[in-house]
Amino acid sequence: MAAILSRVRHDTYPKTDNAITEPRLIRWLLILVAISFLGLFLFMPLVAVFVEAFKQGTKLYFATFEDKYAVDAILLTLKIAAISVPLNLVFGLAAAWVITKFSYRGKSLLVTVLDLPFAVSPVIAGLIFVLIFSTTHGWLAEPLKEYNIRIIFALPGIALATVFITLPFIARELVPVMQAQGKDEEFAALTLGAGGWRTFFTVTLPNVKWGLFYGVILCNARAMGEFGAVAVVSGNIKGRTSTLPLYIETLYNEYNGVAAFTLASILSLLALLTLVLKNFVDWRVAKSRNNQDLNLSLFTFPPFTRPLAALPHEHPCPQHP
Amino acid sequence: MSIRALNIHKTFGNYKALDDVSLEVPEGRLVSLLGPSGSGKTTVLRILAGLEFPDPKTGATIEFHGEDVTNLSAGKRGVGFVFQHYALFKHMTIERNIGFGLRAKPRRERPGDEAIAARVKELLELVQLDGLGKRYPSELSGGQRQRIALARALASQPKVLLLDEPFGALDAKVRKDLRRWLRLFQEEIKITTVFVTHDQEEALELADEVVVMNNARIAQVGAPQDVYDNPVSPFVIEFLGNVNRFTAGVSKPSKSQATEGKSVLYVRPHDVDIRLTDENPHDYAIRSKIQHIFSAGNYARISLDRIGYNEPFEAEISREKLRQLDLKVGMIVSVVFRHIRVFAKGQFKESNVREDGQLVEVAG
Repeated sequence: MAAILSRVRHDTYPKTDNAITEPRLIRWLLILVAISFLGLFLFMPLVAVFVEAFKQGTKLYFATFEDKYAVDAILLTLKIAAISVPLNLVFGLAAAWVITKFSYRGKSLLVTVLDLPFAVSPVIAGLIFVLIFSTTHGWLAEPLKEYNIRIIFALPGIALATVFITLPFIARELVPVMQAQGKDEEFAALTLGAGGWRTFFTVTLPNVKWGLFYGVILCNARAMGEFGAVAVVSGNIKGRTSTLPLYIETLYNEYNGVAAFTLASILSLLALLTLVLKNFVDWRVAKSRNNQDLNLSLFTFPPFTRPLAALPHEHPCPQHP
Repeated sequence: MSIRALNIHKTFGNYKALDDVSLEVPEGRLVSLLGPSGSGKTTVLRILAGLEFPDPKTGATIEFHGEDVTNLSAGKRGVGFVFQHYALFKHMTIERNIGFGLRAKPRRERPGDEAIAARVKELLELVQLDGLGKRYPSELSGGQRQRIALARALASQPKVLLLDEPFGALDAKVRKDLRRWLRLFQEEIKITTVFVTHDQEEALELADEVVVMNNARIAQVGAPQDVYDNPVSPFVIEFLGNVNRFTAGVSKPSKSQATEGKSVLYVRPHDVDIRLTDENPHDYAIRSKIQHIFSAGNYARISLDRIGYNEPFEAEISREKLRQLDLKVGMIVSVVFRHIRVFAKGQFKESNVREDGQLVEVAG
C-alpha cells in the first residue's frame, strides 16, 4: 500500500525538475566541486590515517598495543568518557527539561550560556580551570593544598575539562525533540495521577530516547577525542595523565609515526562508528514517523477518496490561552 | 459531583487570560465553555483540572462537591481530562494507555494486574473499540484515538470529566458522529462534564448549559436555546449563529423608535422574509436585489443587497419557498424583517413586524 501511495503521489505532481534546475554544465561543475572538496578534506585524511598506520605491516600495527603507555592512554580515555558522559547525560536531560517544559524569565540567557563551551576555545577553557584549581597559583590553591586534593595535572581535572567541553551535546540534541513533543502527554500523565518521576520515566524518556541516544554518541565521541582543554589541564604525563589524543601527539612528536597513526586509527574508527549509529538513529526516527503518517492515512480515510495533495498531516496547533 | 469556581483571575505575564470568572456546574450536567480563541475558555478548563492555578491572593476558590480543591494538584483532583490532540502515550499500546492511571496509583490503592486488565476491557467496550487493545495509537484514526483518550480519562472513575476542544482536530463527518456519541455517552454515565469549544453549533447541540466567554470574561450563561433566543450583548448575538447587523439609521425603517441614539439592529437570516415586489408593500418592506443564491439541504441561503444603500445581508428561506417564488439572481424583491433586535443603551429591544405591517414590541 505504501508503495502504491507513494507512486501515485509522484505521478500526480507535475515534474518540475527541469524547470527549477541549472543547466547541465553548471550542475556537473557543482557536483565536481562538492565531491573534490569532500574527497580532499574528509575522505583522503581518513584513508591517510589507515595507510600510515599499516604502512609497515600489521605486525607493527598491533605491536603498538604492547606499549604500556598506549594502553594506559586508552584506559584513561575510557575512564574519562565513563565519568563525563553519564554526568552530561543527567545534566543534558535536566537542562533540556528545564528549557522546554517551563517558561520563565532569563530562559533565552540559559540557552545561550549552554552554548558557551561551543563558543569558547578549548585552550581557554582549560586555562580557566588551571586558574581556579591549580595548587600553586589557583584561586582555590589554599584549601586544595590543605586537604591535599589534586585536580590539575590529575584525573579530576581532565574529567572536569571534558565535562565542560561536552556539556551542550546532549541538551542540544534533546531540546528540539522535546520541543516538538510538547507538554500534552506530560499533562495527561499528571491528570491521571502520575507523579513527576513516573511521568519522566514512563512518558518523557521513552519519547526522546533516540534523540538522547544520539546525543550520548556525540558526547562520547567528543569526550574521547578532546585535545585542547585536556592538554592544558592534564600536564600530559605519560602513563598517568596522557589521554589517547594527547599520547598520539606525543608519539608523533617523537617521530613514531606508525604508533601515532595506529592509535589515531582507533579514534577514526570511533568516528566512523558514531556516524553509522547516527544514521541508524535517523533511520529509526524516520521509520517511526512514516509509520505514523501512513497508518493515519489508511485508517482515517478510505484510500483514494481524498485528494492526494491533502494527504495525511494532522498538525497539532496548540491553542494558546 | 458539582463544580464551583469563584473569582478566578489568571494572568500570563502581562496578558490577562481570565478576569474574575465565576462558574457553577450542577452535578451530572454537561456544560460547554464557548468562545473565540483567546477568550480564556481553555484556561478555565485547565484551572479546573489543576494544570494551571489561579493568580494567588485574588480570593479564587474552586470546589468540587463543596470540597475545596483550589490548591490540590491535578493528580489529586480526580478529574478526567481529554486533550484536543489526544495526548495518547505514543510508545504504549492502547491497553497500557488506558491502564496508565490505574498503574500510577499509590501501591495501597493499586488494583492487581487482572483487575486492571478487566477494567481496560470494560472501558474498551464502553467506547466501542474492543479488540484494539494491542495496537499503538499511531495505528488508529483520529476519532478512535479520541475515544481511547476518553477511555483513559475515565479509567480511574473520575468525578469530573473535562474536555478541551475534543473534536477540534477531527474532520467534519467524524466530528458530528462523535459529538452525538458523546452526548449519549454522557447521558448514560451521568458524569459532570465541562467541555471547551469554539464551534457554536457544537456547543448548542451538545450542552445542557452554555457558558459564553469573551475577552477573559463570561459573557452569558444559560441553556442553549435561551442563550440563542435571548442574547444579552452584541457579542453573544454575533457569536452565536448567523446574524445580519445594521448600524443605526441606515437601513432601519424611518418610523422605528429604535433609531434614536447609537444603536445596532440585528436580524437572524431566518427572520428575513422575502416577497415579490408587487405583493402588498408596507412601511417595513425593503427593496433589495438578489446577489447570490446558495441552496443545499432544506434551506436556501440568499445574499441580498438593499437598493441604494450598498448593504449586503443574508436571508434563509425554505427550498419550498424558493421554488414558489421562483427567485433568481438579479431579481428585485421586497424584504421584511419579521423579527428584529435593536441594541441601544446597553440593552436589547425586540420587535416583531406583523403581516399587516404593524411593528409590535416584544415584552422582554
